[in-house]
Amino acid sequence: MSDFVTLTIDGKEVKAPVGSTVLEAAKIAGIHIPTLCYLKGINEIGACRMCVVDVGARSLQASCMYPVAEGLKVVTNSPEIRESRKVTLELILSSHEKKCLSCVRSINCELQKLARDLNIQDIRFEGEEQNYPIDDLSPSIVRDPNKCILCRRCVAVCKDVQTVSAIETMDRGYNTIVASPFHMPLKDTPCVNCGQCITACPVGALREKSSTEKVWDAIANKDLHVVVQTAPAVRAALGEEFGLPIGTPVTGKMVSSLKKLGFDKVFDTDTAADLTILEEGTELVSRIKNNGKLPLITSCSPGWIKFCEHFFPDMLDNLSTCKSPHQMFGAMLKSYYAEKAGIDPAKMFVVSIMPCTAKKFEVQRPEMAAVGYPDVDEVLTTRELAEMIKEAGIDFVNLEDESFDHPMGEATGAGVIFGATGGVMEAALRSVPYLLTGKDPEQVEVNSVRGEDGIKTAEVEIAGIKIRAAVAHGLGNARKLMEKVRSGEETYHFIEIMACPGGCVTGGGQPIQPASVRNDIDLCAERAKAIYQEDEASTFRFSHHNPTVKKFYEEYLGEPGGHKSHDLLHTHYIARENYPEN
Amino acid sequence: MGVCCCKESKEQKLDEIIAKYKDTRGALIPVLHEAQEIYGYLPMGVQKRIAEGLNVSLADVYGVVTFYTQFSLEPKGKYKINVCMGTACYVKGSGDILNKLSDVLKIKNGQCTEDGLFSLDACRCIGACGLAPVIMINEDVYGRLTADDIPDIIKSYKEKEAEAV
Repeated sequence: MSDFVTLTIDGKEVKAPVGSTVLEAAKIAGIHIPTLCYLKGINEIGACRMCVVDVGARSLQASCMYPVAEGLKVVTNSPEIRESRKVTLELILSSHEKKCLSCVRSINCELQKLARDLNIQDIRFEGEEQNYPIDDLSPSIVRDPNKCILCRRCVAVCKDVQTVSAIETMDRGYNTIVASPFHMPLKDTPCVNCGQCITACPVGALREKSSTEKVWDAIANKDLHVVVQTAPAVRAALGEEFGLPIGTPVTGKMVSSLKKLGFDKVFDTDTAADLTILEEGTELVSRIKNNGKLPLITSCSPGWIKFCEHFFPDMLDNLSTCKSPHQMFGAMLKSYYAEKAGIDPAKMFVVSIMPCTAKKFEVQRPEMAAVGYPDVDEVLTTRELAEMIKEAGIDFVNLEDESFDHPMGEATGAGVIFGATGGVMEAALRSVPYLLTGKDPEQVEVNSVRGEDGIKTAEVEIAGIKIRAAVAHGLGNARKLMEKVRSGEETYHFIEIMACPGGCVTGGGQPIQPASVRNDIDLCAERAKAIYQEDEASTFRFSHHNPTVKKFYEEYLGEPGGHKSHDLLHTHYIARENYPEN
Repeated sequence: MGVCCCKESKEQKLDEIIAKYKDTRGALIPVLHEAQEIYGYLPMGVQKRIAEGLNVSLADVYGVVTFYTQFSLEPKGKYKINVCMGTACYVKGSGDILNKLSDVLKIKNGQCTEDGLFSLDACRCIGACGLAPVIMINEDVYGRLTADDIPDIIKSYKEKEAEAV
């Protein structure tokens, strides 16, 4: 039997793989079919009926679900099909809260675009407008059911990809709503704040909790010394908000724009990523040498941490006690840097630009205040930074490149690759040989932990010890890996876990690309390219070569894993109930 | 019908039901049915226990409970009145029947009387269209009703209760 079937779409013969859908076959033929609820690999349920086509059946069929067959004849464009799509879209619009001018997704809204594409000039039906309360009690995510079109993409990503299942479609018929059980606020559910629901949402029903006003206020306050740090993944995606091609690194322009926004100092979280490697690497070496709890699991991703606290509370001792890099950096800023620069930490305001919505939750954890003040005061997502740049009227694309400020701005390529899945592991494996033997490995890159397989494993022999390592990204993969570790089916020394599929480059705080882009382009791979490029071009590619980090230890911290490090840079975790007691 | 009253024996029964269905595909709906038989409704604690027992999320459980009108989040009366709102009953005036019941019992659709005796719900077609309009009180069916029949029907249950005391 052939692996392909031949069908006809709009009179054009197409060869499509057996098992593919009419929508996929149309793509091969270069024929565009509009979609709305469809998100490749995540939500393929034929719910919105926007992609209907005529396959000769008694009614129009959803092409995202309809399987190809030998000799099938498909029509994608006829008066009946156009009318069907229009009626469906007008019905969706009839009850949609049409506050488009002040919607966070205006111009980047798939519903808005579809209304233009289908030439909707008048909505023939007047639906009852919903009036649900907005859930803005989570520090990370705001849900506005009045804008929800019930496409279920958020549900699919939360349930099937992340296996968190904090939201579902509740009730039925006209009362159907995406909500948490018992309509509890998200903050009372096992929601880990990863924000993958936000990047999956085609409209403005999900967004991050905005911190831009607080940051504007801080910048305007003359009494405050306002310091900003930027995560590695931000520079790999920020350009997209200004129309630059996906995967364009914009480090220099980003720094320049932050200075123009009025931040007093612009530092690189990558510096703290290097610091993390030394602390975490030392922790690993110590656990291996002293028969400590293994595997050691990374703690950079606050979404993953909360997931572990909810679903694997028996394994919290496996988590590295290291704070995530931006928290370490915040603690160093309000201690070391404050002392050096002669600034009262009470008058310092630290902002982190992150590809992440879970970081907004993380900064509020009571443990994250090493010197009596929050390590980090506010977190802005990549999207929020873009909003501020636009609001300030900065011509981002034509900015001159500028460099991070000293004395905290130096970073290595190892710190940069934290932004991609496998990056923390690779950075650690570059430095662990040094920590064990005092020598650097001959090969810098660790290719076995790169790429997009859900779970990657590697075995590296260092000083006679075979170190077994695993990397998982996306919480569904993390769950699989953790279950194997819990049951003893697999044993590892070191595990890297990132909550978001693809790692931080495709984090929940990153620029939102519509399904039409995500269905065709591998965002993770494209953005990761920018990161690996910056690594290759770096002067230093080992965390332990970072001159700033060396200085931290010489002048202030003493040694990795030492007393002062523990006070400033390490933390602890708590087991969490999934829902409050009745 | 469930007769046990103490919390422990109810929980024990629920755990037995969960154990019985644990490895069956599509177990959720039968478990919810039987749980509702025990408790009369499906409060959060029961849904949580079912979610944990069947290893599904609470969101899944709550989604199913709120999708089907048979499942209730509110306690039900000793006598559960269901007014059929299927097409045939509706055109034959079941809306009037529902309003009359609401007046007589002084409760709204979905509520339960203060003495716990009656609860009132509008339901989907119960398949007795030939007798439209139809109501059910527990397992008893009353057909070809007019609003004027309602007070006597309610009275008969109240009298039954009075005799039992």
